[in-house]
Amino acid sequence: MNAHTKLNTTFPSPYDHKAPKGAEGWEKLYPYYLRFQDNLRAKEDAKFWFCDSQHWPSPFKPFDAVTVEFAVKCLGQYNTRHYLIPPANGVDYRIHNGYCYMSPVAVAPELIGARVPQFMERAGHYFQNWDSLLANWDKKVRANIADLEALKFEKLPEVVPLEWIKSGVGLDNTYGMMETYDRAIQLLYKTWQYHFEFLNLGYAAYLDFFGFLKGQFPTIPDQAIAKMVQGVDVDLFRPDDELKKLSKLAVKLDVAAALKTGSVEEALAAVEKLANGKQWLAAWKTAQDPWFNFTSGNGFYSNDKYWIEHLDIPLGYIRDYIVKVEKGVEINRPTAAIAKERDRITSEYAELLDADARAAFEGKLGLARTVFPYVENHNFYIEHWSMGVFWRKMRELSKILQEAGFWKNADDLFYLNRQEVRDALFDYGNSWAVGTDAIGPTYWPQEIDSRKTIMTALAREAPTPAYNAPPEVITEPFTIMLWGITTESVARWLNPDANKSKLKGMAASPGRVEGRARVIRSADELGSIQDGEILVAPITAPSWAPVFGKIKAIVTDIGGMMSHAAIVCREYGLPAVTGTGRASSLITTGMMLRVDGATGEVTILE
Amino acid sequence: MGMSAANTLTLSFATAHNADFPRLGGKCASLARMIAAGVNVPAGYAVTTDAYALHLQNTGLTKKITDLIASINVDNIDDEERKSQEIRDAIIASPMPPRVEAEIRAAYAALSPNNDLPVAVRSSATAEDMPDASFAGQQDTYLWVVGADDVVTKVKACWASLFNARAISYRVKNQLGQIDVLMAVGVQKMINAAAAGVAMTLDPVTGDRTKIVIDSSFGLVEPVVSGEVTPDNFVVEKVLLEILKRQISDKDHELVADRAARKTVTRPIEFARRNLPSLTDAQIIAVARLAKSLERSFGCPQDVEWAIDADLPDGENLVALQSRPETVWSQKKNTAAKQSYSLGIEGVLGTLMAPIQTKS
Repeated sequence: MNAHTKLNTTFPSPYDHKAPKGAEGWEKLYPYYLRFQDNLRAKEDAKFWFCDSQHWPSPFKPFDAVTVEFAVKCLGQYNTRHYLIPPANGVDYRIHNGYCYMSPVAVAPELIGARVPQFMERAGHYFQNWDSLLANWDKKVRANIADLEALKFEKLPEVVPLEWIKSGVGLDNTYGMMETYDRAIQLLYKTWQYHFEFLNLGYAAYLDFFGFLKGQFPTIPDQAIAKMVQGVDVDLFRPDDELKKLSKLAVKLDVAAALKTGSVEEALAAVEKLANGKQWLAAWKTAQDPWFNFTSGNGFYSNDKYWIEHLDIPLGYIRDYIVKVEKGVEINRPTAAIAKERDRITSEYAELLDADARAAFEGKLGLARTVFPYVENHNFYIEHWSMGVFWRKMRELSKILQEAGFWKNADDLFYLNRQEVRDALFDYGNSWAVGTDAIGPTYWPQEIDSRKTIMTALAREAPTPAYNAPPEVITEPFTIMLWGITTESVARWLNPDANKSKLKGMAASPGRVEGRARVIRSADELGSIQDGEILVAPITAPSWAPVFGKIKAIVTDIGGMMSHAAIVCREYGLPAVTGTGRASSLITTGMMLRVDGATGEVTILE
Repeated sequence: MGMSAANTLTLSFATAHNADFPRLGGKCASLARMIAAGVNVPAGYAVTTDAYALHLQNTGLTKKITDLIASINVDNIDDEERKSQEIRDAIIASPMPPRVEAEIRAAYAALSPNNDLPVAVRSSATAEDMPDASFAGQQDTYLWVVGADDVVTKVKACWASLFNARAISYRVKNQLGQIDVLMAVGVQKMINAAAAGVAMTLDPVTGDRTKIVIDSSFGLVEPVVSGEVTPDNFVVEKVLLEILKRQISDKDHELVADRAARKTVTRPIEFARRNLPSLTDAQIIAVARLAKSLERSFGCPQDVEWAIDADLPDGENLVALQSRPETVWSQKKNTAAKQSYSLGIEGVLGTLMAPIQTKS
């Protein structure tokens, strides 16, 4: 950047950011309250909006917007209405050109003081009773999943069952169908309420520990602090652990060869014929509940693939692991070594503190370690397990309406928003009751085609990182911790470095390696990764862990220190640089890279 | 070397015990301590302060020195320099007590049965390890000394250097007794250094104890210590042992062993090598580990001189040359107001109310 170049100081206004070519009319895909309204321009342009491409890296279908509204609304409610976080309300959010933009809402300074006693009482209760409340959370979430699992959508019958007539039920089958749909949405709503019941407080306690250490050691790497609290036996890693167990068992029981070839059905059938086949199949079956309720996506998209419905995914990983086991490679996570390393790091920093600071350190560490397992584990129960069941139920419903002629493809329901699905259901029931043809089959197919065209056009354009003028300094702790958005990263977005061979991001997980790049844009491309490559992606999901044994390092466009990808990389001891902003667009597969996870630098060597 | 403890004239670094340290002088005691801490140190021995004391006593030099120093006009640099020279000449001219000389030769023979091992002969004064006296480096060091005859000569030269003009005025200024300061001399195997440098177990600029800062250049350590070259600079995070910074400098010359000429020579570094890192990443981490273990053994921040021995295989070629307590930051009294920390939810509240800023 030479001195004559004028530096950008502001991002464009969303109002000046028109629809990409072919995506005109995208507004109808999402509800009015999620869009920038023309009559509110002055108000909306006064705020800084950053793109949450960490959770929603690609444009979402109309129905999938439910994950945005439930998640971000529930995040807000806990700050604003449950715990009254004194300086912070929720995070406001809008959808523009298919992407989600966020703007944290501060509390007016004169109102902060009055919220303090309420915060102390409410949040204090949670901190004091964390373990028992969390045990209760676990029960609630499992019950909620069971309720979701129990939902049943059925094609409307020819007539109301005779026994309903004889027992005087007085209702038809559409009543239950509508009720089940509404219940599914309500259970999803509950899922996201539960998701944030502990999360904001968990992060707040972690931040307190984090801030304390930054005060004591101003240059301590973020990753060192993260390592002190990281869990060792974490439910989020169980699915991968289960695959490793199954792989070892396959070798031990001598069924590995049979597993290695053919489709899932062919491989399982071949295993069944073997002497120990039944024993392995029983283990394979046991592992599935609940650990295969795990997606290679992030749970926010209806097209995320869950292992339990795509057994080829876990089987593919098992095949890779079997090769390693046969070569004598130890595939288990070195949990004892991880625990030992965590304790070493913790005690070495503690030794550098004076007595008073050390007492404070122990206290804050204790609280951070109490809350942190939730931060790591909730992801399995909500994004993976609960969302997996929810999406499966919605696909069942979509299929019924497809068979009733409402649309062409099994999953087309997701091109309707959640209110429109209710309309279509009523349309279906209405025509059934009246004894006529539904309108939907003549309305939705062409509407869905038009929406598909729009979605394709939206997906062709990468999101703008932010809109409007950024604050001079970004201090909002959740923004920094969760989204990796700092004063420095915003400055980089505004004025990208002209140097195209060097990228700077967050030093998310230590280690320095060189290797060939493999650029991956979606989980479907994971199969192309070769041993020893460096994975470059807009974002990664924790469920990509099974390929972590193959790769040397990870580089992402998006993500902070506490992003799921960063947590998993540290757990797997894999160097990672997150939040580079443009790695996946600047780097192409095959380029030689140097990744330094300690400094956050990525160098393109050739 | 098996003399009685009260009259030990030489002591090998490897066998010296805590009780012996006072008669080893600062530098040699530090080498012995490093060995005791399990650190790889080039082999060698100390000519103890007993030997020096015996020399002064047998030659009757004590009185001559005391009188000469007393007669110095401290405001007259020429006078001071002249008398200092006179003292040094007297020490060098006086014959060493036969017992002392025999022991020095025997210890050298133990190191070098063929009488051909190049050694460094270094002063090791007793005041040197006083943390508030930056005394080190005021006395002489002789590199690439070969053969027992030359070792004996250089030991005497070291003794004499205790009375160079700079050292005399330093003691005057710091009110240290002139004749009470004793001198041991270290005789240590010369390192054929591929690279060498200094590692501090804190950031000398900020006092940050989570860092290890390494200065490193090609060849022997002296040009780094004296500031003759701009060394490479590496910063390592102490706990994670991750390299945070690598600043590679243009290193235009190096001090190396000239085996044929039996001496060290300063030579220009060929152009292709000048801007290469003087250490590999693995070596940087090894140096950091060495410094960290010394800090741990000695219980306070250290300033460590080290070298990579070109004659030894990778993995065992890092040797510690010296480890001293860091003197600048360790002397600073913690003047910051006593901080109080709030815990539990009070702490969380404090954090939420005063948002922190992180560095990306």
